[in-house]
Amino acid sequence: MAINFDNAFGIHQYTLGLREQRAEVLSSNIANADTPHYKARDLDFASALERAKNRQGFAMSGTHERHLVASTQLGGDLQYRTPWQPDTGDGNTVDVHGERSRYIENAMEYEASMRFLNGKIKGLTSAIKGE
Amino acid sequence: MSLFKVMDVAGSAMSAQTLRLNTTASNIANANSVSSSADATYRARQPVFAAAFDRAQQDQQAVGVKVLGIVESDQPLVREYNPGHPQADADGYIFKPNVNVMEEMANMISASRSYQTSVQVAEVAKTMLTKTLTLGQ
Repeated sequence: MAINFDNAFGIHQYTLGLREQRAEVLSSNIANADTPHYKARDLDFASALERAKNRQGFAMSGTHERHLVASTQLGGDLQYRTPWQPDTGDGNTVDVHGERSRYIENAMEYEASMRFLNGKIKGLTSAIKGE
Repeated sequence: MSLFKVMDVAGSAMSAQTLRLNTTASNIANANSVSSSADATYRARQPVFAAAFDRAQQDQQAVGVKVLGIVESDQPLVREYNPGHPQADADGYIFKPNVNVMEEMANMISASRSYQTSVQVAEVAKTMLTKTLTLGQ
């Protein structure tokens, strides 16, 4: 029976990357809380995860130094947030408190994924060592 | 690692808010700087923030803050009749800056809160990075 890392790590290997990207988007929202005309954005997590899972076999390998690098950047999952409150006059739709709690929540979920991965790695290690 | 970009974004927000604190400090400091002509009088300064979008990069996720410039307020100056003042002009008037100290105080609190939030964002990103570095240990 071969050890398959892809099966062992399950969904968590994809969620980690997405959580990182979501942290980026949310931190941009918080940073631009005082910027006129800035519109708050967020990652559509479900569709982004679906995309990340389905793209696993589509990485392009460069076999020549002049080959272009094909990036697996996520596209089209960024969406604008619907504001809760009417415009206060500067066209900014960032709700700092909401974004902050979402940012912290995202960090917690990142850590949860990290712990799952850690558990899996520990399990694999003990299987390899035969302890 | 996109978590490093979070640090960049938080850093750009911090420097923008520092600039805002700077202008607020100079506005409050000069709230009582009188002069004898309208041209020489201090006017309240405010920074203009903009999102640092990179046109070359589609669907950009990390967007920092940049300061487009500093504008001077076009509110009317306060002209006061005070012939005894050493800086009074020929008609006995002095000019006071158009700084609203109350507004500036509120601005100062807002800037310092935004700065604190950015520091927190960077701290959380740092914790996430540290956790990532110890994965599998």
